[in-house]
Amino acid sequence: MAKQDLKKIFLNGIVTENPTFRLVLGMCPTLAITTSVLNGLGMGLATTFVLVCSNFVISLIRNFVPSKVRIPAYIVVIATFVTIVQLLLEAFLPSLSQSLGLFIPLIVVNCIIFARAESFASKNPPLASMADGLGMGLGFTISLSIISAVRELIGSGTLLGFPVLGSNYPGVLLFILAPGGYITLGLVMVAFNAVMKKIDGRRRAAAEGSVA
Amino acid sequence: MQENLWLILVGSILVNNFVMSRFYGTCPFLGVSKQVSTALGMGVAVTFVMGVASLVTYLVQYYILVPLELTYLQTIAFILVIAVLVQLVEMVINKTSPSLYKALGVYLPLITTNCAVLGVTILNITESYSLLGSVVNGVGSALGFTLAIVLFAGVRERLENSNIPACFKGFPSTLIGAGLMAVAFLGFQGLI
Repeated sequence: MAKQDLKKIFLNGIVTENPTFRLVLGMCPTLAITTSVLNGLGMGLATTFVLVCSNFVISLIRNFVPSKVRIPAYIVVIATFVTIVQLLLEAFLPSLSQSLGLFIPLIVVNCIIFARAESFASKNPPLASMADGLGMGLGFTISLSIISAVRELIGSGTLLGFPVLGSNYPGVLLFILAPGGYITLGLVMVAFNAVMKKIDGRRRAAAEGSVA
Repeated sequence: MQENLWLILVGSILVNNFVMSRFYGTCPFLGVSKQVSTALGMGVAVTFVMGVASLVTYLVQYYILVPLELTYLQTIAFILVIAVLVQLVEMVINKTSPSLYKALGVYLPLITTNCAVLGVTILNITESYSLLGSVVNGVGSALGFTLAIVLFAGVRERLENSNIPACFKGFPSTLIGAGLMAVAFLGFQGLI
């Protein structure tokens, strides 16, 4: 496969088909653990690892698994890698594993992973599937980081734990609590839509200009 | 009995509402809450699966995984139990009541990937509830899910017809609406 194609697949997951803002998949972790940037990054990278590995394995077995039992087969593959991540985090990053809590085993039912297995890895060769997994995973990580940066900054006035808005900043508890998750995601999505619309408009204008 | 079952029930329905304060099952919450009737059907199916899943995974954990020292297989074992259970429920409903089966349609298989189901079973183990407590917690959480999804479907039916800026159309306005509803659910926080 040409290098150009891999790059395109990779970028597809980050911008054009961003899993959070465009496909609106994997909402549960997006909303629940984005209270601080560290959590967002950790969750994003853990999901990326699972996505790359499961996409690779599923792409390898895609021709042997009968389509009737493919869903249980995929779930077992995904659950295996999630268990690996869970044990690794517990062993090497116990504080992160504590703050992500139940949401690490719940990566199994993150719809992004299942959706990519079903719609991409089951139809494409291993290398392309890995590129897709990496792109989607990083797109997810970037979205999580943006949302958690907004929530951490407004909610407690810090970024990655460092005070940014001064020590007198009282903090807005609402943004750390559950409602802040929904509202922040909604507003960030509005901004993403507005920017994409502008880019699309400019691209279209450029295309028309070149035709004329 | 050491644990207060009423406390678990009220806590799981209102105070720690699954969708509104714990963020489990947000995908179906956003996906299926377009109409009150489908939301109700989804809620009933989820309630049944979560109740039975709580029972079965409790037995799997304490009679299979713990004696064999295989607790690290918890995630894999539980998700398989849930997948099998959903398949079973689908077949039973299909045989006994085709009309209900038709009404639920595509939402039945989707319950497998509803993280509320896997979430509640793992939560039961980490909170070390008894068998009865697990089932009450499972059913209560599912009722909380149903309550949130049906209420929100009512909100969304009206949102659909209102005049809002193009950038806010669809998911953004839905999310902000859900956020405002979550503020209301925060009011239950002091109940227990």
